Amino acid sequence: MDLAEDKIEELKEKANQIRISIIEMLVEAGSGHTAGPLDMADIFTVLFFHTMHHKPKRPDWPERDRFVLSNGHICPLLYATMAHSGYFPISELKTLRKFGTRLQGHPHRDFLPMLETSSGPLGSGLSQAVGMALSDKIDHGLTSSRRIYVMLSDGENECGQTWEAAMLGGKEKLHNLTAVVDRNNIQIDGYTEDVMPLESLSEKWKAWNWHVIEVDGHNMEEIADAFEAAKGIFGKPTVIIAHTIAGKGVKEFERDYRWHGKPPNREEANMALKELRTLGGKIRSEHE
Amino acid sequence: MLNPELKLNSKMFDEKIEQVPIRQGFGEGLLAAGEKNLKVVGLCADLTESTKMNLFAEKFPNRFIELGVAEQNLASVASGLAAMGKIPFISSYAMFSPGRNWEQIRTTICYNDRPVKIAGSHAGISVGPDGGTHQAVEDIAITRVLPRMIVISPCDSVEAKKATEDSVDTDTPVYIRLAREKTPVMTTLKTPFKIGKAQIFWEGKKSKVGIIATGALLYKALLAAKELEKEKISVTVMNLSTIKPLDEKALVELAKKVKGIVTVEEHQIRGGMGSAVAECLAKNYPVPIEFIGVDDQFGQSGTQEELMRYYGMDDKSIVEAVRKILKR
Repeated sequence: MDLAEDKIEELKEKANQIRISIIEMLVEAGSGHTAGPLDMADIFTVLFFHTMHHKPKRPDWPERDRFVLSNGHICPLLYATMAHSGYFPISELKTLRKFGTRLQGHPHRDFLPMLETSSGPLGSGLSQAVGMALSDKIDHGLTSSRRIYVMLSDGENECGQTWEAAMLGGKEKLHNLTAVVDRNNIQIDGYTEDVMPLESLSEKWKAWNWHVIEVDGHNMEEIADAFEAAKGIFGKPTVIIAHTIAGKGVKEFERDYRWHGKPPNREEANMALKELRTLGGKIRSEHE
Repeated sequence: MLNPELKLNSKMFDEKIEQVPIRQGFGEGLLAAGEKNLKVVGLCADLTESTKMNLFAEKFPNRFIELGVAEQNLASVASGLAAMGKIPFISSYAMFSPGRNWEQIRTTICYNDRPVKIAGSHAGISVGPDGGTHQAVEDIAITRVLPRMIVISPCDSVEAKKATEDSVDTDTPVYIRLAREKTPVMTTLKTPFKIGKAQIFWEGKKSKVGIIATGALLYKALLAAKELEKEKISVTVMNLSTIKPLDEKALVELAKKVKGIVTVEEHQIRGGMGSAVAECLAKNYPVPIEFIGVDDQFGQSGTQEELMRYYGMDDKSIVEAVRKILKR
């Protein structure tokens, strides 16, 4: 399914606004993660503004697709995407990590019940998504049409539990489950292939009976097509390995693992915001 | 004498008292819960027969999930099922669940507020020949520190069946501690049971010491009471099967009547049921306490009898602890 030009431009502009919100949140909070939220922004945008069945004004709508964030540390992106979708006011984003906020440093359902899971400790999101997909399979068998989406970092492919869950997903032939791996090649201690080599990621997932699609994680059309293609895969869960550029959108942050776990200071944030706003202007002028 | 209101086994002190593994009660309880409630699902990590989940799995194959040797996955998959409205029961040996998967239970079940029911079988040292690796004597400690978690250690198979069925109606996570070995059946179908309620099983006239026991060792406590009666030492024996939430009112009431307390559990002394009792009484009504349990050691191979004697958890040890209280 080809996305209309207009839709692509609209998604790009949305992702740009979300990246701006992320920088604004992080500089205000004074702590948090920068690289992952920036590089997954395009994928979250496609999911929340195109692919997923959900109703931001009715977060408890029973028929909604389920969205599980496994690597909870990229929650500035989740919060920004939810706010821009209409789940809560954009102004609330500035409360990130502050005492009494609904937007905890890592997502916690006690504070923001509209979240599908609380998360933070790596490696347990895929298991929970497998459980959700199994629940629908128990109730509706092969006819279950609701999609369960789960976002994983590439570093989480170092967790044994991720592979325990991958094995079960393959065994149970969970056609209703789509996982996305953020292949940004960085983690907190350095580049993934130095910390713990992960390649070949796609061969590993294939070996557990998953359908594997590799995409450019910043190409809206490729991302949207992959989510659509996953719906047509029978008898297997799908994993989309999204090749992303860590810190995407701010040249000075890109590909540098040192931006994994720190926020920009005020000066760096001003520079980043200027760059993102210039890009936003370009997208809009091309669009018009 | 035995509390007549509880309608306990009339053959309590008969040598031929019926003995059934506590885990059998879990298996039967889960089967009954599954018949009553279609939302109940069972998950196991390669120990389906050992944990007696096979009774449920055979009757409801569509609601049973075999995960292989993967206890971390076991806990979090159950969390995902609970998120969709299912009532998941997970089972393994206590050493592996909640032992190996404690962080997943903490974060994806308790912190995440998902009412998963956790059955830990083969708890305590009475597993015997398997040796120390398989003898969970830390599970009460690590579950009772978790917010939202209910912790139940049933005294026999009949109570385990009731606890399993009743846990379906709680909207919180529950840990049910099970033992492998055959255990005297002390209670009957008519014995009342309520999660969170302690019960006096034996009451002497003008008791000097209160014995608070949990799990299968409750029977040793009753044997000790009977023995002490011969010596005209009067004690009260309480079944504290729910360790969290603690029946504080019952504990304080008992403490007020006696000179001191003996706690009895097949678990490390540090952090277990005795610690929970001590926390409550130190705050509300301090009395001397002696703790029967494993004293900062690991288990080993041996018969149940040999191990109970070696680690000081037999009826003789309970009798001695009562005497100690009287001397304090």
